[in-house]
Order: sequence, then structure tokens, then C-alpha cells
Amino acid sequence: MSILAARNAGYFEERDRLADQIRAGGPFLCCGQGTSRIGLADGVALSAPGEAWDYDPSALTLTVAAGVPLETVEAVLASENQRLAFEPPDMRGLLGRAGAPSIGGVLAGNLSGPRRVGVGACRDFCLGVEFIDGRGQVVKNGGRVMKNVTGLDLVKLMAGSHGTLGLITEVSLKVAPIPEMSATLMIEGLGEAEAVQALSTALGTPFDVTGAAHLREDGAGGASRTLIRLEGFENSLRYRMGALQEALKRFGDSDILWDATANAGIWQAIRDVSRFHAAGGDVWRVSVKPSEAAALVQALDPLDVIYDWGGNRLWLLTEAGSDLRAKMAATGTKAHATLIRASDATKRRLGVFHSDNPVTARLAAGLRQKFDPDQKFNRGMMG
Amino acid sequence: MEMPVPKPGVLARKPELVTRLRAVLPHDAVIDAPEEVKAYECDALTAYRCAPLLAVLPASTEEVSAVLKICHDMGVPVVPRGAGTSLAGGSLPTADSVILGVARLREVLEVNYPDRYIRVQTGMTNLSVTGAVESDGFFYAPDPSSQLACAISGNIAMNSGGAHCLKYGVTTNNLLGVTMVMADGEVVEIGGAEMEAAGLDLLGLICGSEGQLGVVTEATLRILPKPEGARPVLMGFDSNEVAGACVADIIRSGLIPVAIEFMDRPIIRATEAFAKAGYPECEALLIVEVEGSEQEIADQLARIIGIAERHNPVEIRESQSADESARIWLGRKSAFGAMGQMGDYICLDGTIPVGELPNVLKRIGELGEEYGHMVGNVFHAGDGNMHPLILFNANEPGQLASAEALGAEILKLCVDVGGCLTGEHGVGVEKRDLMTHQFAPADLEAQMAVKDVFDPKWLLNPAKVFPLHVSDSRRADG
Repeated sequence: MSILAARNAGYFEERDRLADQIRAGGPFLCCGQGTSRIGLADGVALSAPGEAWDYDPSALTLTVAAGVPLETVEAVLASENQRLAFEPPDMRGLLGRAGAPSIGGVLAGNLSGPRRVGVGACRDFCLGVEFIDGRGQVVKNGGRVMKNVTGLDLVKLMAGSHGTLGLITEVSLKVAPIPEMSATLMIEGLGEAEAVQALSTALGTPFDVTGAAHLREDGAGGASRTLIRLEGFENSLRYRMGALQEALKRFGDSDILWDATANAGIWQAIRDVSRFHAAGGDVWRVSVKPSEAAALVQALDPLDVIYDWGGNRLWLLTEAGSDLRAKMAATGTKAHATLIRASDATKRRLGVFHSDNPVTARLAAGLRQKFDPDQKFNRGMMG
Repeated sequence: MEMPVPKPGVLARKPELVTRLRAVLPHDAVIDAPEEVKAYECDALTAYRCAPLLAVLPASTEEVSAVLKICHDMGVPVVPRGAGTSLAGGSLPTADSVILGVARLREVLEVNYPDRYIRVQTGMTNLSVTGAVESDGFFYAPDPSSQLACAISGNIAMNSGGAHCLKYGVTTNNLLGVTMVMADGEVVEIGGAEMEAAGLDLLGLICGSEGQLGVVTEATLRILPKPEGARPVLMGFDSNEVAGACVADIIRSGLIPVAIEFMDRPIIRATEAFAKAGYPECEALLIVEVEGSEQEIADQLARIIGIAERHNPVEIRESQSADESARIWLGRKSAFGAMGQMGDYICLDGTIPVGELPNVLKRIGELGEEYGHMVGNVFHAGDGNMHPLILFNANEPGQLASAEALGAEILKLCVDVGGCLTGEHGVGVEKRDLMTHQFAPADLEAQMAVKDVFDPKWLLNPAKVFPLHVSDSRRADG
């Protein structure tokens, strides 16, 4: 039983109207306002229902219609001093899009920001979904409780499916309290291999790191910056920052940034990949073992790079049209790359998603065939 | 418990099956003598037993693959088995099945501290994974109470949790990659040391799939640095409602305790009689544990006690030493044993929205009286994961059936208040027939469609998760 349909006649009607539309037509484009769409697909745009809510701040759970704007979700949570812990990025600046990102789009893209390294990805905070499959059937999975192993976990499958399996109409999320304070430890001037070692060292301490990034020197001659964020109650934060400085002593002197606005700005810029907004060229997102990250970057020789998640996630800026995956293959790495920003022609030629495992590719195709047998949703979006 | 009729064709071909399996496995890895296969007739849900056709104990991914190829070729159902600690009958055999045990897959394959992961074969016990890294200051976070015995393969199959998952999450949040053998013997690598999937999140689908999609032989697990220290506080209240309200206030405060455990009066009494932990006489007890440096622990406990004091606690006992911490945990950790002393019991694990705690506890008490069974409640309150323990006498005819009927009522109640049938034990056979209470036909159809893709002949772990009448046509095709 849908959580929202029971109490919101509007949601119920809108969802069933969409189901009728899906049964009758196609192909469709399922990507909300399209603000974070990276794959290519054509079709009649479908918008998930908006407005319906079921928020229980004392249980840290939120159920919301998938079309509700992310901004609205964040504002309502903030009014209860809560937030989405996985820090969803705003992709508009990077992709040059307008419109209001929806919460359903965040889930469909499994969009997670820098805090993912400490607390988990969007998919780890998804408790339940309702979606309409390609036959117009309404399907529910998971629920609104924190622990749930009842049946197969289609919630994780839907998170990151980029609208290729169904139109997500309702999502239930685990939310988190906003901590009292946040601060960033900064080391300047480290080389990239050393910086990743510093990040790994920090992540290997028990001080609950919730951000671990490294930026190259900027065009204006500023030194490279290795950034480590901690959050929590003030006393605890001051203690842990001191202990972290001690643990990182061998990497040189460090500064602590305590100013709330400065901290928010630094991590929002990393989250939204702001550094590449105005820069020409393609943008790739690479997932790699941190200990191999610096060597891989050296081999790939990008125009610029942002190390996030302690080096597990790399944003690479490359010459337009260059085939990063071909270079990666030559290194023998197990890392994989997603082409986030490029011309449609380049995306068509190189493919947006990385697919070099025939068995998982076959399984994914099999799942799409089951959930959307007539290929009504986002045809070709994920290859 | 209704189970499918064994396939006569499979039973008749046992000698051929044994011969083919012996050709790919060492002699002692194929167990076919009836008195020996009996050891695999049940898991920790001992009320249901059925000896399998035979059991195999492969020692490598290649051997698992060879076994599955043969079984697939001959149409033989396969029941994957970790350490056999499932409380839900997750590895209950059928008479025509091969038990595929992972007990010989016990190697640590790689430990990587800079990248914070460990790669293991999945027959390793949960606790031995932590054992492999703890001298270097790391641990593996999911901590099911069976962690001394349970295998990683079973943890992945059931997406196991534990007392500390409030902070660290359950198995799916700590699993980075698997090597899995498909029903037809094909080996697939899914995920790895990276934090993000390359395409669809198949790993999330596999974790918690109860052996329906494949046999996981190797796993890459996230390891975490050990906290500097941990200490609990014990708090007694004169009603479940007040204790429940206190839990909600703690959660909202921004504190992240690693555990919030709740015990009700029947459990407090039983554990006092059994373990003499020195618990106060009251209606509800909370144990809240926090982590950090000494000073951080003191600060957090002071905040928690401040919140509790607004709820007129009967008693607050802050641990000041390792010895006191152990005494506070003693009763909680002996709760199952204490109930076991009083009789046989069924342990359920439905989850509810935390706001429903007082209401659901009251209703469970009423249902217990109606059915004539004592029910104790000890559970992970921070995430609403209940553990009602229903006492019964297995030697008295009809008692098991009435305890099970009561259990079904309680689980339906969990679903009706917005929760679910199982928070960490899994569906197995135990809750299989209640699935239609939580899921509409289209919901179950979508889940079964996933199994169709991974295991088109429906040979893996038969008769679990999906009600038989719902999966009939698919199983007939196999």
C-alpha cells in the first residue's frame, strides 16, 4: 500500500493518471526536470507527482512524492534542523541546465556528495520507493522503516537506474539531524599521491571524517589544497580536530577553518564540481581505489582533476571528445568512468556509462526487459 | 509448513548426481550417506526439518561453479547454506535438494588498510573478519548477535544487521563487491573496492536476496577504524510509553548513539532471575551506548541523561568502568538465554516506525494474553526493529501452532502500523506465507521477475521468500 496514496487523494489520482498514460503510449523520457540527466534519450517527458508529504522528524524518516523539488525537501527538513545526510549535488551548473531538481531525480541518479565517504550514498538512505513499470503497473518496495529485509531490495535497484526501469512516484528516505558545527582541516601544497595518503590516513582514524577532498593549485597561483571535514558537537569537534592534526603531522602544517560560511562554500563547490562550470572540455567521473588514484590520474593526464571521497571518486576535465576509457584500459585499472558532460555526439560515440562486464550487462538488459518490456522508458539512456 | 513436492526425477537420479559431483570435488566434499546428510536437515529454525538429497562442501569459487553447472544441467534444486544460523529457515532443505555449504571457503584474500577494505571468502564467520583486522585497529561493523558462528555468506544473503547498525548501517551499507556464482555456474564479479556501481546497482539487489539469485563465494567488505572507546548508560522508566518518548527525543537531539536497546518488564524479570545483572525493578529499560574519546563519551552521556531526566526516569546508571559496562550489557546479552530457560520460544523481528513503539508494545501484550503466551520484548529501539520472544512448550501438543499464530498476528500488526515483516532475520520459510500481507500481487511479481532474470529455472533456494501459490507457475517451468 502506498504510504502517500492513503492520505493524499491528489497523489493517488496523479499516479493513476500517469499509469494510464504509460500503458497507452511511449516512448517516454523519465528524468524529472532533466537537471541532472547525463544519458541520452528521447520521448514524451513524464513528471512524477508533487506535493504529497509524510514527514516524521522524531523517527528521522520522510516519505515524499518524487516530483517534489529537492529545494523544498531541504527547506522543510531544515525547519526541523534536519537534512539529507548524503549531500545531493546540484548538477545544473556543471551541465548547464535550468529548472528545479526533484527528489525523485536525486534517487534515480543515486546522487551523493562529499559526505558519502563518511555516511553512505543516496541509495543507503533510501528506505522505500513506489514506481510505475513499463506495463503501467504500480509497484512498491521497501517502506519507511530503518531496517527492512522483507523480500528483494528493489529500492537499491531503482536508486541509480536513471529512469530506465520505471517512473519513480514516491520515495521514503532516512534523514539526519544537522550537527552543531562543521570545520575543515586544510593542508596546502601536497602532491597528489601524498594528498591521497593524507586523506586515507584521516579516513583511517576514528574521528568520523565526513569530507575528504583534494584540489590542484588554481589558475591564480594558489597552492593545492587537501581538505578534510569533521562535524559534530563543538567540544567533540575541537577535540577531534586537534587529534586529527596530530595524526596528519607528517604531511606538514595544517590550518583549521572554523567559519561556517566558508566551510559550507568549500564543500558545496566540491559537491557541485563548481571548478569545472566555466571550463571548456568534457567532464568524466571516475570511480577508483584511492591507493591507485594518483597514478591513474598521472597516466590519464587530464586538464584538471578533483579528488573526492578520499580519492575514491575523481572528477576529470579532459579535452573535448577524447576517449578517457581507452586510456584507462591501457593502464589495466579496474576503475570505471562515467561521461558526465560532453557533446551529444561524443556521448553517442563513447557511451555515457562504463560497461565492460558482459555478465552484468546481460543481467541489466534482462532486468530492463522485465520491468519495461516495450522499452518505453529512457530508451538507450544506459546503453 | 507447506513445501513443494520433491521432484521424483531428481530423487531417482541421486546415484548419477553423486557420481558427477565426485568427479569435480574431493571425495569427502560430497556427503551422501543418509545419516550424515541429516546434519543439514535444519538451521536455527529447528521446528522445521527435512534432510536434503545430499550435501556438498566446495572449497573454491571454481568448485562452487562446477557444482552449480551439474545441478543446473540435471534440474536439481540447490540450497546455499552459510553456518546454518538462520532464524527464518533460510537454508531449510527440500528432500530433492543439494545443500551447498560454504564452510570450507574460509580464506582472507586481501586486506587493504589505505583503501579500508577486506576481501574474504564467504564461509568466514562474521567475527573472524573483525578478528583479521582488529590488531591493526579496524573492525567490520555489522554485528548480528550470532556473529561468533554466522558466516558472511549468510550475512549477505539476509542483509544482516545488529545492535550497532544505528550508527554503522547493516550489511548492504558495508558491502563493496562480490564474486557470485550464478545458477548455471557462470561466475560474475559485481562491484569491487570502488564506492560506486558502473551501471545498475546489482550489488544492492543481491544483498538480502536470501540465496535466490546466486551463491556469493567472495566478498569485499568495508572495514572501519575502531572507536577510541565506548560506554553505555542504563535508564529505567515506569512505562513503555515514556521510554519510547525518550528514545524519540534522543534520536531528534542530533546525537548518534551506536546502540539504543529496549527491554520490557517480562524480559527484565526473566534476565534478573537468570543473569542477576542488578537491573532496577521497572516497566522499561533502555541501554544507550555512545562512542568516542573519554571526554566525548562523557559529554554525550551527559546530554542523553539530560534528555532522560525530562522523562522522570526510575533510575539512571552511567557506566564508569569496563566492569560496569559489562554488567549493564549482561542482562541484555542474556535475554535470549533467560527466555530459553523458561521454555521454548519463537523470536520475531518485525520493524515499526519508532513513533508506534508504545502502541505496538501494548497491543502485543494484549495479543499475548488472548493467545495465552507470555511475550517478552527486547529490541533495537533506535531503528524500530522489534524482537518479540513468544514463549511456548514444544512438548505440549498445539503450543507451537498457537505460538506461530500469535507470531503471525504480531507481524501483521507491524505491517499494519507502517512497518515490515522482518528487519534483519529475513523471510525464509518462516514469514513466506505472510508476504501477501505486506505486498500487493504486482509488488511480488516485480521481485519474482528479478529472480527470473538471475535464476530462470528457479533452482536456487526453493520454497523461500515467495509464497508457494504465488510462485507455482514459475517453479513448474523449472
